[in-house]
Amino acid sequence: MSSLLGIDALELARAQFGFTVAFHIIFPAFSIGLASYLAVLEGLWLATGREAFLNLFRYWLKIFAIAFAMGVVSGIVMSYQFGTNWSVFSDKTGPVLGPLMAYEVLSAFFLEAGFLGVMLFGMNKVGKTLHFVATLAVAFGTLFSAFWILSVNSWMQTPAGYGISPGGQYVPADWWAIVFNPSFPYRLVHMVLAAYLTTALVVGATAAWHLLRSRSNAEVRIMFSMAMWMFAIVAPIQILAGDMHGLNTLEHQPAKVMAMEGHFQSHPDGAPLLLFGLPDQEAGKVDYAVEIPKLSSLILKHDLDAPLAGLDTVPRKNWPPVAIVFWSFRVMVGLGFLMLGLGVASLFARWRGSLYTSRWLHRFALAMGPAGFAAVLAGWITTEVGRQPFTVYGLLRTVESASPLQAPAVGASLLSFVLIYFIVFGMGVLYILHLMARAPNEAETGPEEGAPIRAAGVTPAAAISRRAAR
Amino acid sequence: MAVDLPMIWAFLIAFAVFAYVVMDGFDLGIGILFPSLRAGKERDTAMNSVAPVWDGNETWLVLGGGGLFAAFPLAYAVVLPALYGPIIAMLLGLVFRGVAFEFRWRDPAHRPLWDMAFACGSVIAALAQGVTLGALLQGITVHGRSFGGGAFDWLTPFCLLAGVSLVIGYALLGSTWLLMKTEGDLREKARRMSFRFAIGTMACIAAVSLATPLLDPIYVQRWFAWPNVLYTAQVPLLVTIGAVAYFRALMRGAEQAPFFIALCLFGLSYVGLGISMYPDVVPGRITIWEAASPPSSQLFMLVGAGILIPIILAYTGYAYWVFRGKVGAEGYH
Ligand code: HDD
Ligand code: HEM
Ligand code: HEM
Repeated sequence: MSSLLGIDALELARAQFGFTVAFHIIFPAFSIGLASYLAVLEGLWLATGREAFLNLFRYWLKIFAIAFAMGVVSGIVMSYQFGTNWSVFSDKTGPVLGPLMAYEVLSAFFLEAGFLGVMLFGMNKVGKTLHFVATLAVAFGTLFSAFWILSVNSWMQTPAGYGISPGGQYVPADWWAIVFNPSFPYRLVHMVLAAYLTTALVVGATAAWHLLRSRSNAEVRIMFSMAMWMFAIVAPIQILAGDMHGLNTLEHQPAKVMAMEGHFQSHPDGAPLLLFGLPDQEAGKVDYAVEIPKLSSLILKHDLDAPLAGLDTVPRKNWPPVAIVFWSFRVMVGLGFLMLGLGVASLFARWRGSLYTSRWLHRFALAMGPAGFAAVLAGWITTEVGRQPFTVYGLLRTVESASPLQAPAVGASLLSFVLIYFIVFGMGVLYILHLMARAPNEAETGPEEGAPIRAAGVTPAAAISRRAAR
Repeated sequence: MAVDLPMIWAFLIAFAVFAYVVMDGFDLGIGILFPSLRAGKERDTAMNSVAPVWDGNETWLVLGGGGLFAAFPLAYAVVLPALYGPIIAMLLGLVFRGVAFEFRWRDPAHRPLWDMAFACGSVIAALAQGVTLGALLQGITVHGRSFGGGAFDWLTPFCLLAGVSLVIGYALLGSTWLLMKTEGDLREKARRMSFRFAIGTMACIAAVSLATPLLDPIYVQRWFAWPNVLYTAQVPLLVTIGAVAYFRALMRGAEQAPFFIALCLFGLSYVGLGISMYPDVVPGRITIWEAASPPSSQLFMLVGAGILIPIILAYTGYAYWVFRGKVGAEGYH
């Protein structure tokens, strides 16, 4: 295999995939949550007739348009990355995974594209009810998209319902078993909740920023309160869902859980929970470990003395990179508990009647703004790196998945992606921050300020808004 | 007779790719023409004429790629690494182009910069697509079940000819689109460009058609074997008729006909491409039956495609219908 500055083509391809998908997931994580939030806001407006809800709807709609557009362009890159960088993987898994992705395009992407225009510009043209239908359609589109792509990803973690053809391809035997593979329900729930929490953190931080600068109009208060309810209710559910996800992983991908827990050794009578430590893959031990005896067995087996196997039962060539998995898992769980903390703090402030005045609560919420993105990335890193050294768990190794490419080619494309993504998406994020820095005001306009800004979709948005304006 | 699923899927994917080429073709064409439009009103009008539809257009590209992965995974796995350079270039071009659409309006201070990003992204994407096509026709080295050639196999005079041809062809679609959609000075400018790019496009069609048989005897066989030649000969004949009709329409001052005749010329070239390739997905190496995923995969998808594609076509058609007519500087009237 060829190499560039001592890095081989495989490493570069992995870096490239990790980089592009990590950038991509930031936008969907936000747009899945925001689409649902917008549907809730519009529903509340229709139900109560309060203008504040409409103003909020319009305020977030402008931000949604930009985030969505960036999600689309970074996503188009992803759909070609499988073929360019992981051609052997594509050849072998195409019969199983391809149809799921085709369904995603047909059922989700076209649905989102079709109704987004009406959602952005069509309020006056199509009437309130139909407009609400469009908003719901976009929200469902993003959820369908999550459904299919997570089914794809889960199949790679816990393959099921397949046979192997003489040519070495995985071929479908039972579509139901493929789509609803063992880890899929857990991953779907966990990821959708993660998207909701991520969005709520951004909404909450935006509101907190304006509360701190005493621009506390009705809109700002509403969004702050709504976000705080999210943490109080959804954060505990997410922790529960994560726990169940982990139990499922223990059943199907034990080596991944061993890496998350830092268990190099087996523990025949009760395994400790490692809070911190420095995993040493070479030596097969954790240095400076801070541990609580037997707690890991309690969490994973609901029994203090239950035996837990360690990585010493797994051949070394099947070990994932332990330190990365160990740490990313702790980052995610830590942030999850901080979100819970924010929820609890908000309940306390609410009870004291100081929800809109408590400056430390607002500072806390502001600081937590990016925490959702960090937790989502950490979670994915746990999942994906923990699956190593396989792309299809237990069946197809990452080394065997890559395209026959030369390192300089992959290196050059990686460099271009890094440069261009930072410039282009950096600018996009700045535009979003710019919009959020302005408080929602009483007569919030839609996104159609003068120019027909278009995010995505085939719907005749500009024409609709223009006619409506007359 | 059993249903030939790979055939059906070959047609469906060919359809998705064609839908992509004609729909994104004219909006990439606008991008290609962008530098020759005056900053301000002209550019805004041109941009507005495609703003509402460009992204739906691009979704067909995702369907084409995704469909190939699902229905012909072997072809997807061989072709994409072989065309690594052009495909990455195309993706990056599309990133620039897609966000330029959005950011241009958000950030007036940097508008000239985003205009440039829009134009460059469009040219790069079009060139890369043409090169991809050329490289496919030229032939891909296959070892076993994967690509066996080098990183720059696509860098040949033929591929570059194909790349430049597509840029010129898209520019023709773009200029005839503007002719149909705009008024006043811009329309007259579009008319002049439609004349020039039509000549360029004809020359390119001729050059590619003459060069293709030289690449591989199999193309000679597919075009000229008796009695097939009776059918294949219709293609150049129709292209000639189309060309005559095009120039007559342009001379007559027609504003809509040139665009639709240009689409027909694209369609005929596409049929020509089909004649050269059929029944291979990787010309001369892999047939559609060899590359096909198993029937259960293709059938599972066909159910969804059968239901959803007509619905998608219906609302796409509706969008274009609402947008018929001329566009002004601030958007559609
Ligand atoms: C859990 C959610 C999720 C995950 C893990 C992924 N995506 Fe994504 N993707 C979405 C959720 C999403 C979305 C919310 O549906 C997006 C964001 C903006 C949009 O238009 O749809 C999207 C857009 C999007 C698009 C553009 C669609 C269009 O043209 O409208 C493509 C081609 C992909 N994605 C492909 C992928 C691939 C190949 C992935 C895996 C490697 C992937 N996505 C991971
Ligand atoms: C969206 C959030 C995601 C993130 C942040 C993410 C992150 C990563 C990272 C960091 C790697 C590199 C692992 C390593 O080499 O050590 C990787 C690999 C990979 N991921 Fe994901 N991933 C995500 C989603 C997905 C999805 C949805 C799919 C499938 C549809 C997927 C498929 C793959 C594949 C095929 C690899 C192969 C390369 C490899 O294993 O190194 N990923 N991902
Ligand atoms: C605090 C309690 C949490 C626990 C116990 C937990 C548990 C887990 C586990 C075990 C996995 C890996 C599953 C596998 O690959 O087999 C995972 C993945 C993931 N986590 Fe968490 N998690 C928690 C909080 C969060 C939070 C707060 C977020 C984001 C807001 C989050 C986002 C994710 C994501 C995006 C993934 C990757 C996708 C997936 O596999 O579901 N997690 N989590």
